Amino acid sequence: MSKLFSSFILIIASAFSACAGDPVNTAPGDIKLPAGFKAIVVADKLGNARHIVVNSNGDVYVKLERLKDGKGIIRLRDTNGDGVADEKFAFGNFGGTGIAIKNGYLYASSDDNVYRYKFNDKNEIENPDKPEIIITGLVNKRQHSSKSIALDNNGFIYVNIGAPSNSCQEADRTAGSKGQMPCPILETAGGIWQFRADKLNQSYAEGVRYATGLRNVVGLDWNTSVNELFVMQHGRDQLSQLYPDNYSNEQNAEVPAEEFFIVKKGMDFGWPYCYYDPIQKKKLLAPEYGGDGKTEGLCGTKEKPLYAFPAHWAPNALLFYTGNQFAAKYKNGAFIAFHGSWNRAPLEQAGFNVVFLPMKDGKPAGDYEIFADNFVGGKENLSPSKAKHRPCGLAMGTDGSMYISDDQGGTVWKIIYTGEK
Amino acid sequence: MKIFAASALLICGAYLIQAFMPAQQQYDVKAAMARGKKVYDKICIVCHQPDGSGVPRMNPPLIKTKITLGPKQKLVQILVKGFNEEVEINGEYYSNPMPAQPQLTNQEIADVLTYVRRSFGNKASYVTVAEVKAIRAKLK
Repeated sequence: MSKLFSSFILIIASAFSACAGDPVNTAPGDIKLPAGFKAIVVADKLGNARHIVVNSNGDVYVKLERLKDGKGIIRLRDTNGDGVADEKFAFGNFGGTGIAIKNGYLYASSDDNVYRYKFNDKNEIENPDKPEIIITGLVNKRQHSSKSIALDNNGFIYVNIGAPSNSCQEADRTAGSKGQMPCPILETAGGIWQFRADKLNQSYAEGVRYATGLRNVVGLDWNTSVNELFVMQHGRDQLSQLYPDNYSNEQNAEVPAEEFFIVKKGMDFGWPYCYYDPIQKKKLLAPEYGGDGKTEGLCGTKEKPLYAFPAHWAPNALLFYTGNQFAAKYKNGAFIAFHGSWNRAPLEQAGFNVVFLPMKDGKPAGDYEIFADNFVGGKENLSPSKAKHRPCGLAMGTDGSMYISDDQGGTVWKIIYTGEK
Repeated sequence: MKIFAASALLICGAYLIQAFMPAQQQYDVKAAMARGKKVYDKICIVCHQPDGSGVPRMNPPLIKTKITLGPKQKLVQILVKGFNEEVEINGEYYSNPMPAQPQLTNQEIADVLTYVRRSFGNKASYVTVAEVKAIRAKLK
């Protein structure tokens, strides 16, 4: 009897401690964060939640890569302040990745176009069924087709146009096929294009190729502390698979770094001719252009990364933290969401996390640390399709909290700091 | 008449032998699977992954898809000619191109297709060198 009674007490006690102590809902994912940080699941199972943005009233806008129930944007609203979305509103008839808010407009991209929606004075989208087309007719050949966007404070919008290619070979991703010289893809893709943020129906003729030689960028952000654009490039794939004589599987897995760049007008970052080797700390000539893992060739003059992250981690979001909620060391530093690798196969995959890189005056001020982890949801990490979550978007809330989106499980988390500063 | 009966018997007999000795038994599937895995690990594994699950919305899975389990003609064509079209596979679309692999021999194609069609939970029929040869001849 007493045994039964004490186990009853134990159940009550454990149930109480689970519910009462902690209002934070961390059910799906149970992602790992540094001490003092907590994750609230804002919403779950949204679809392929790509980039996210938070409006001044706290509404979270999520861009879906594929339409869900015919809609491509979801607005999440938390009406009682517990962090969890209790109202959802879906609109937009296009899938895509990019989303941003500037000067009273919500900007969102498909893989071909950039649209914008006007907010009314109550912070509601005025006409959710009729966005304006700002930019149209961008290269979309399926590969690297997502169009990420960022806006500056001078009326310009920056669009990544990813190269529909791994390394500009005559036959893409084909062993023995030579690199095209010069690479014709660079005329309309493989770079960042700049457009007016307020002009309708712009295309290549109205835009400026702001920077070139970028294979594919998904994560980019305007850094307001130094007033410049920064991007994370997805480095090249398949070194050992296409050139087994020059590269081992280990070299393929570790060498072609994911590069962090400051992007100024006219810069050339070297794709497809060059890749960055973080071990030799050099931009090296790509094997499609005669490189052998040692030769620099024409790459000596190409822009070098501010920081090189491990190969194939797939940086899908970049956010400069300008809030005051997190500890002082995070201020103006960079958070990067890594989608997680596939090209490290047959070796173990990696990434699937959110890292923090301290920054000072627009330059890295130390090494990166893993900020949020365990998105995969298990130890086995053989292939990306088995991951529970894949981090893809980052945004900052008006209160300085940070939001993370996931395009595999469709989860959006709100990260808050409750520890000492 | 006698000759006719004899030849009928012969034809019947040949038919019977074929019926009782289906190609399955003439073909060393186990050996083909082992050879096919070697080809897979060298050429396919990076994009399609060790477990055939592919990469979401990028490289298609090979697990119980219509194409993987479907007509051999299409599979041989994809290997020899490559594949770069907007095609729905099990309700999803995939962005990366499949590079052509014309350097593969008929034997290697038969082996790797047999491996893929009978691995990762797949239970489709194997592919013979003769089948690959016949399909490939029509592709050129």
